[in-house]
Amino acid sequence: MLNNPLDFEKPIAELDDLIDELKKVGRDPNERQDAVNNGIDVEAEIGRFEAARQQMARQIYSNLTPWNEVQMARHTDRPYTLDYIGMIFDDFVELHGDRTNADDPAIVGGTARFGSDAVVVMGHQKARDLKGRQMRNFGSARPAGFRKALRLMKLAEKFRKPLIVFVDTPAAEANLMAEEDGISETIALCLREMVLISVPIVVSVIGEGGSGGALGIAVGDRVLMLEHSVYSVIPPEGCAAILWNDRNRAAEAAGALKLTAKHALDFGLVDEVLEEPLGGAQRDPTAMAGILKQAITRNLKDLKSLSTEGLLSNRYDRFRNMGRWAESETVTCAPVPIS
Amino acid sequence: MNVPEGLVSKCPGCKEITFNKELERNFNVCPKCGFHHRLALTERLALTVDEGSFLEINGEVSSQDPLGFPDYSTKLQRDMAKTNLRDGITTGCATIEGKPLILGIADFNFMGGSMGSVAGEKIVRAMETGERERKPVVLFTASGGARMQEGLFSLMQMAKTSAGAAKLDRAGVPYIVVLTHPTTAGVYASYASLGDVILAEPGATVGFAGLRVGNQNMGVKLPDDFQTSEFQFRCGMVDRIVPRKEMRATLAKLLTFFDVTPAEVRADAQ
Repeated sequence: MLNNPLDFEKPIAELDDLIDELKKVGRDPNERQDAVNNGIDVEAEIGRFEAARQQMARQIYSNLTPWNEVQMARHTDRPYTLDYIGMIFDDFVELHGDRTNADDPAIVGGTARFGSDAVVVMGHQKARDLKGRQMRNFGSARPAGFRKALRLMKLAEKFRKPLIVFVDTPAAEANLMAEEDGISETIALCLREMVLISVPIVVSVIGEGGSGGALGIAVGDRVLMLEHSVYSVIPPEGCAAILWNDRNRAAEAAGALKLTAKHALDFGLVDEVLEEPLGGAQRDPTAMAGILKQAITRNLKDLKSLSTEGLLSNRYDRFRNMGRWAESETVTCAPVPIS
Repeated sequence: MNVPEGLVSKCPGCKEITFNKELERNFNVCPKCGFHHRLALTERLALTVDEGSFLEINGEVSSQDPLGFPDYSTKLQRDMAKTNLRDGITTGCATIEGKPLILGIADFNFMGGSMGSVAGEKIVRAMETGERERKPVVLFTASGGARMQEGLFSLMQMAKTSAGAAKLDRAGVPYIVVLTHPTTAGVYASYASLGDVILAEPGATVGFAGLRVGNQNMGVKLPDDFQTSEFQFRCGMVDRIVPRKEMRATLAKLLTFFDVTPAEVRADAQ
């Protein structure tokens, strides 16, 4: 059974319904007899439909459009940061508050044990039910969230613990209160300080990597993306609004923005794409957690072998060199005439 | 009324008609209401740095179209022709009252001053030059934010320029930001908010989310000066609002304060 199927998953959901019906027939002696009398081998039929379902699922999930990936990344059944913390880490102690004026539930974090390592773990937090979503502000962090993140980064550095980060946000909060409380400055500070934090940082984009609100806690030595996560400079709806004055053309904008995990890897802007269970992390959270744990462990091991100087200069170079530009051979230092 | 073109213009601030000559004499600030009109690069230089002191660096860096984004190449060509620039930001070295600095000036007329790979690269190089030569870095910002036509590449310029700012911070090299109209989104949420000193021109739009991207203030009455220099000043995000005609003198005072030559070196030299 497929819970909360997305539009492109409907054919799979329909097959699942059929399979369920057949199984019901198989369990009911009368209906079963009916089927046999009509020359139907119920078990064989179930097998045939299940094989067809697998084939269809593979076909659908390996041909997702960029917009489908956005839908996957936003799926409400996808595991969120606290789900992964529960499945991957031990002894998590959540720490709250920005030590200025608030605790922002859209970013969670604290101390934990990861395998044999003591680590600091943090990430954006979404929720599934209405009340929870409002409480978590849909995963859109306010200035207090970024100040909390900054605090946790400094805690990791002070006690020489690696920092593990999960990214999953549509964007940073942009309302009047956020503006008054310095949302731009707090994001900028996180960006600057994260370049300088002298412990290994492994970032995983688990759902939505939504512009500055995502990047603000994503300046890592290694940046991993789940197969069906996205990472974008602007939400596709916002991009469509600017380009065509029409938010409904978001699917088109998603294509133009090339915001899928595969694109980010091809561009050399992230290090790894982690394959998800068929149908996405939301269909098998435990399997996904296992894959994620393995990948983080492997990357952390690599990073721990580096000296602090090596770690920091690699991190600087990594972000410093991002971009694509052209440059002619001409050496300029030509004065610009001043009128 | 028959007015020869280019002789007068209507002020967007007070809607009054002003003679262009008068406007020029007044630093392109409306003599009636104080509205700060946008400045072209050469005008900004003329008002800010010592005459003839500006040497452009890295002017040969130009944009690519890494995503093959709809109409991006065309827009680039159009704005290169329109502005005679290769990108929205021009960097170089200059002096103000004899004090050397590394300078960056953004031009909003080039694709809304948006920050793509070229802006990020030129800003980081300016910062690295400042760090290497221990010269203060002064950036005049004007940008609608990250250049969405370069997708994730442009988002990463926020981290890239902030890394440059981190380098300056660690090295103890002064970094001064001058927010000009408009400075928003990805630029305001990265290097434009990281100056040791942040100045702003009066009346400039300064804020996080562009209004077209989505007004999320449902039901909340926004203050009249929302997302302006004055608003940010009130919120504690800006050190000073400096009228254009005082900018050069203010920068000169700050550069004197920040003189990075250590006292003992100066004493030795004497």
